[in-house]
Order: sequence, then C-alpha cells, then structure tokens
Amino acid sequence: MALSAPQIPRWFNSVKLSSFIIATQLRKHFPRPGKTLLHGFSAQPQMSSDNYFLQWGFKTYRTSSLWNSSQSTNSSRQEIGSAQGTLLPSMNEQTQKTENIPSFDSELSLEALDDLPPVSPLQLVSEEEAIQIIADPPLPPDTYTLRDYVDHSETLQKLVLLGVDLSKIEKHPDAANLLLRLDFEKDIKQILMFLKDLGIEDNQLGTYLTKNYAIFSEDLENLKTRVAYLQSKNFSKAHIAQMVRNAPFLLSFSVERLDNRLGFFQKELELSVKKTRDLVVRLPRLLTGSLEPVKENMKVYRLELGFKRNEIQHMITKVPKMLTANKRKLTETFDYVHNVMSIPHHLIVRFPQVFNTRLFKVKERHLFLTYLGRAQYDPVKPNYISLDKLVSVPDEIFCEEIAKASVQDFEKFLKTL
Amino acid sequence: MGSRGLARLHGLFAVYKPPGLKWKHVRDTVELQLLKGVNAGKAPAPEQRVRFLLGPVGDGEEKALTLTATSVPTLTNHPLVCGPACTSLKIGVGHRLDAQASGVLVLGVGHGRRLLTSMYNAHLTKDYTVRGLLGKATDDFCDEGRLVEKSTYDHVTREKLDRILALIQGSHQKALVMYSSLDLQTQEAYEMAVRGLIRPMNKSPMLVTAIQCIHFAPPEFLIQVQCMHETQKQLRRLVHEIGLELKTTAVCSQVRRTRDGFFTLDDALLRTHWDLHSIEDAIQAAAPRVAAELERSLGPGLGTQQLQDPGRPWDSRGPSSALGLESCAG
Repeated sequence: MALSAPQIPRWFNSVKLSSFIIATQLRKHFPRPGKTLLHGFSAQPQMSSDNYFLQWGFKTYRTSSLWNSSQSTNSSRQEIGSAQGTLLPSMNEQTQKTENIPSFDSELSLEALDDLPPVSPLQLVSEEEAIQIIADPPLPPDTYTLRDYVDHSETLQKLVLLGVDLSKIEKHPDAANLLLRLDFEKDIKQILMFLKDLGIEDNQLGTYLTKNYAIFSEDLENLKTRVAYLQSKNFSKAHIAQMVRNAPFLLSFSVERLDNRLGFFQKELELSVKKTRDLVVRLPRLLTGSLEPVKENMKVYRLELGFKRNEIQHMITKVPKMLTANKRKLTETFDYVHNVMSIPHHLIVRFPQVFNTRLFKVKERHLFLTYLGRAQYDPVKPNYISLDKLVSVPDEIFCEEIAKASVQDFEKFLKTL
Repeated sequence: MGSRGLARLHGLFAVYKPPGLKWKHVRDTVELQLLKGVNAGKAPAPEQRVRFLLGPVGDGEEKALTLTATSVPTLTNHPLVCGPACTSLKIGVGHRLDAQASGVLVLGVGHGRRLLTSMYNAHLTKDYTVRGLLGKATDDFCDEGRLVEKSTYDHVTREKLDRILALIQGSHQKALVMYSSLDLQTQEAYEMAVRGLIRPMNKSPMLVTAIQCIHFAPPEFLIQVQCMHETQKQLRRLVHEIGLELKTTAVCSQVRRTRDGFFTLDDALLRTHWDLHSIEDAIQAAAPRVAAELERSLGPGLGTQQLQDPGRPWDSRGPSSALGLESCAG
C-alpha cells in the first residue's frame, strides 16, 4: 500500500470527520476511537502511492458504511444516497433531530468520493489499520426515544444521574431536541447552580427538571429578575423555594404575567395582602394554572351553593384546593352533604375539608353510621360527630372511635350496599 | 422486578363493584393499581456493556494500539430512560354490571382471560338480591327515574307476593326445559328434570331458575333471584311486572349480585383491597375451585346435559324442593 504522508490527514479529515458529524452534534462529546484514528494515521510511517491509499481509504469508508448499514438498516445508505438535502423518507415528522446535518455531510462525502478511483476489496490491510477501523453501528439520525443517544451524550448521562426522567421528557418532541443540543458545561450548569441557590435540594432537582425542562432555554437574567420581583412582594426565600418546587413552571412566567395573576387573586378573593400571600405559597399552582376555573368556582360557591362572601373566604384560606376543584364534583358533594345528610351551611363552612374528599367515602361512612344509628351531626345534641372526623380520619380509626365497630363489620356492611 | 411480579398475575378473581361506578372504571382502576404494584419494585442494579476500546498497551517506547474489551456502565436500560417496565395489563371482565347495580364482578387477568370464556360457556346461574318499592312506577323501573304513576298498596300481603313469585318460577321452569333443547323422553333427561338440573347451554332470553321473597315490609320488599342470561335492566323490569301483577306498581331501588357462578360475596374484593398482593392472593385462592368447577361444567360429556348446577347455597332442601315447586306451579 502506498500512502503519501501529506495527503492522508487532509483526505482523512474530510471523509472520516464527515462520518462523525453525520449523526448528531453530540459525537464531539463521545470519546471516539476515531480521534485516535486520526492521530494514529497521521503518524503512520508506511505509505504507498496516492492512488492506492485513496482507493483503500475510500474502500474502507464504503466497507465500514456498508457494514453499518447492514446493522442499522436504512440510515447510512440513505445518508450516502440522498444528496439533495431534503428530508429523508424514513424520517419521522415528530422527531426531526438532525434533518439538515446528514444531507449536508453526505454531499460533502460524495464530493470527496467522486474524485477517488475505486479500490479493490482484496487490498491487504495492515494489523494496525485493521484495528483502527471503526466498527460500531452509527447513531440513528432520528429515533423516537433518547435511549439510543444516552450512552453517547454526557449531558444526557448527567441528567439521568441527577434524577431527570427522560422517558417522560421524550414524549414532547421539541423537548428531546432541546436537551440533545444543550451542553452541560455551558448552559445547564448555570441554571442548576441558580436553582440550588434558590433552595431546591439535589434530590428534588430531578423531579423539577422532568416537569420544567424548558427552563434551560430561559435566560439566566430573566430568572433572576423574576425571583427579585417575588422577593420585592415580600415572599421570603424559603417560601419562594417552596413555591418553585410545587409549581415548577413558576419561573417560566414573565414578571408582568406574575404581577397580573397576583393582582387577579387579590381582587377576586378580596383577601388581605398577607392572606393572599399565604394562599399563594400554599398552592402556587394557582399562579401557573388557568384562571377560568377559579372564576367559575367562585360563582358556583356564591350563586349555586349559596355561601356568603366571608364564608367563602374562610373556606378558601383553610382549603385552597377548593378554588381549582371540579365543578361537577363540588355540586354533587354539596348536594349529598346538604340535602341527604341535612348539614346546614354554617357547619359545612367550619369543615371545608369535606369538599376535598371523594364522594364515595362520605357516602359509605354516612350510610354506615345511619345503619348503626350514630349519624348525629348536630353539635348541640349528644354523640355529635363532626364532619372533619367523618372524612379525614383513616378507616381503622373511623371504625374504632367514631362508629364503635370493627373494620370487618364495616366491610360486611359495604358489601350490602 | 416487573417480570417477577407479573408471573403470578394470571387467573380469575372477583371484585365487589360499588353502586354508582361504571364497570369499565372499575376495570381501569384495578389495572392502574396493579400497574403501581408491579412497577414499584426496587431499582435494578446498574448495567454494564462490553466495548472494545482502542488504547495503547505495552510499556516503554513500544506503545502498540490494541483493542481491549472493557466493561463500561450503560444507561440504556435505566428505568429513568426507558420508562416503567410495565405500561399496561390485559384485564378482561366477565358478566357485566350496569352503573347502578352493585355486587360480584369477575375479572380475568393475563392467561385467566380465556377462563372467562369458559365461564361464559358454562352458563352458570347468578344470584341477585333485588330491593323493590311499592307504590311508584317510573320510566326506567328505577326509583330515580321519571315518575309515571303512583298507586296504593295496602291490599298487598305476603301471601299474594309469594303466589306471584311461585307463578313466575313455574313459567320460567317450563322455559328452562324448552330452551335447553333436551329430549325429555329419555330416562336421564327425566331424572335430571326431576332434580331440577336442566338449564340451557346456549343463548336464551332471561330465565329465572328460582325466586323467593326474603323480607316484606310494605312498601319495601326484598326478593332473591337466581337467574341466567339476564341483564340488570330486565331484573328491574321484573320488579315492575311483579308490581303490576299485584295490581299496584313497584320500582326497583337496588340490584345486587351476590354470586356469579362459583364466585360469592366472600371472594369479592372491596375497593380498599384492590392492590397487587390482595389480588394475587385472591387468584391463588380461587384457582383450584375455578379449575374444578369448569372441568365439571365443560369437561367430558359436553353434548349431553350431565351437568351439576354449582352453588345453590340458599336452597339447601335439595331435590324435594324442585318437586314441590313443580307440583304447585304445574
């Protein structure tokens, strides 16, 4: 084999490097043996003539690519085949991870290959050169899952070790593309340090990022401005950390939007500033969720269920979840509690937890108490059972203390319903 | 690991469907709870894969490049990358119950679903307790439907009700024999008919094999019905027709299935027990009984009616009862 020294690295660079870039950009992170290949070949003493080397080099590329294409059916053949730069037919519309890159590089490789004469497959190859042929299957240019890329990308590996659930993120097509294009050192690290400064613990970062992976595309300055805004509204650091943890999308809202929402809650609920603040800290998803259900629920409480304004305010400060409850479930629960169990409004206001429990639980327990003759919900009379004891305690305690029966009796009764 | 949890999850079990839930919701809830249990195993050990890495081997100036096989950690099969091991389970439902009815609902999971077909083909009877309310008639025979008629019921006594029920049972007895397409001229068929063991082994309209009043306190009454090929709506219509026969009106306030074939109330799991362990235990407990009963029902001699009717627990008086009823009805 005659290899000419100056020509090897240049030609090799053009051909071999293109095969590296053909998959995604993350190849540069992967400790490829190909790099050693490059260096190794530039130091190769044994050379033959240009022709022979070029023939061999071309053949190597073609051999390795054919081998690869036999392992991964369509990808490399199409990389070589399509020189037009349009989308490959097998590409999935959803995950177009690398639509531009392979066609560009296939053009490059084809141009380089056009100048080379064909090489005979019976050409002898030395041991060192044989070792340095890359035989790994290439990365698929497009895929549905991140499984194919996780072993080749340090970013993805570090995210998995943090606890981020990639299987959930890859269900959103843009999310996976975003994650692949990020660099851990440059982009992700800054945001992680910022989140840690905010007060989110290491073991909570995983769940946070699974929900709000889009925070990586936010500007760090914007995030700092938003936190500063929240602090200016007298939210303490611990409170802000708690809010961000429970509502992961909070920091993705602009200052203006956050301001509007806080203002809405202040006006709508007509609570004092401190109480609104406490409410928002307890249920921060009020700020990130839609406002229409809240408006509708306020109307339901006032008009349909007939609670007065101060009663609604009291109930909401005790159980904030009532603001985002399902309207149908609310009305069904209220209908049963008020009409069937005959509990007046002022008692329901004292125990709003009843709106947060499943209706079947309330029904079963009430029917059991009626069967035993212990269904007494009037605080004036003896043997009074309060609503929160009815709904909030677990089954064993309910049976023993309130119903004064055994759990087996309760189960037998349930089987007669 | 998921596969270990799934290995024992094949077979039939019964749940108690509470009133107000659709049967499909029950099936989906059971599937969710089972999936939670199956995927809750501890995380698998970190995996490794073998890669041939190029590296200099040897000492001194002779740094020769060779490929060495090294085990490197891989994250391809980590649960955070591929998701939970099990994302769906195959659960089938036996004889369905509509939303307002409650009671024993047989479910089959995994390979047990083919036993559901066997249970269907065995054409076993089912037990219901039906609660009726005299004095009202509604459009869907239910006490929450639109009221159509109201009537008095002072003239109704227990004896009248019992007589009506006996009439119903007698007429259905004739239908049983007719739909079972048995030639009654043979000795075996006659003996089976005498013992009351005949029932149709293919499609037929609703047939009541036994009906009895357990409790009568006007306007409420409670009847126990043993029937086959029924729907709960037809049972409510039955209550309506009983009211009409009694020259008053009646609606049905509760339909509860107490037995489905060989699954009774004791085998049915309540909502608090819809989790992996309880269901596995229930499957194990029911498996021998299921196998024995299905073999008895569908085993050798499928063509002729050499079948025992499994589980008529409340009618323990035996063959003489069938004779007695036949004589009074016929």
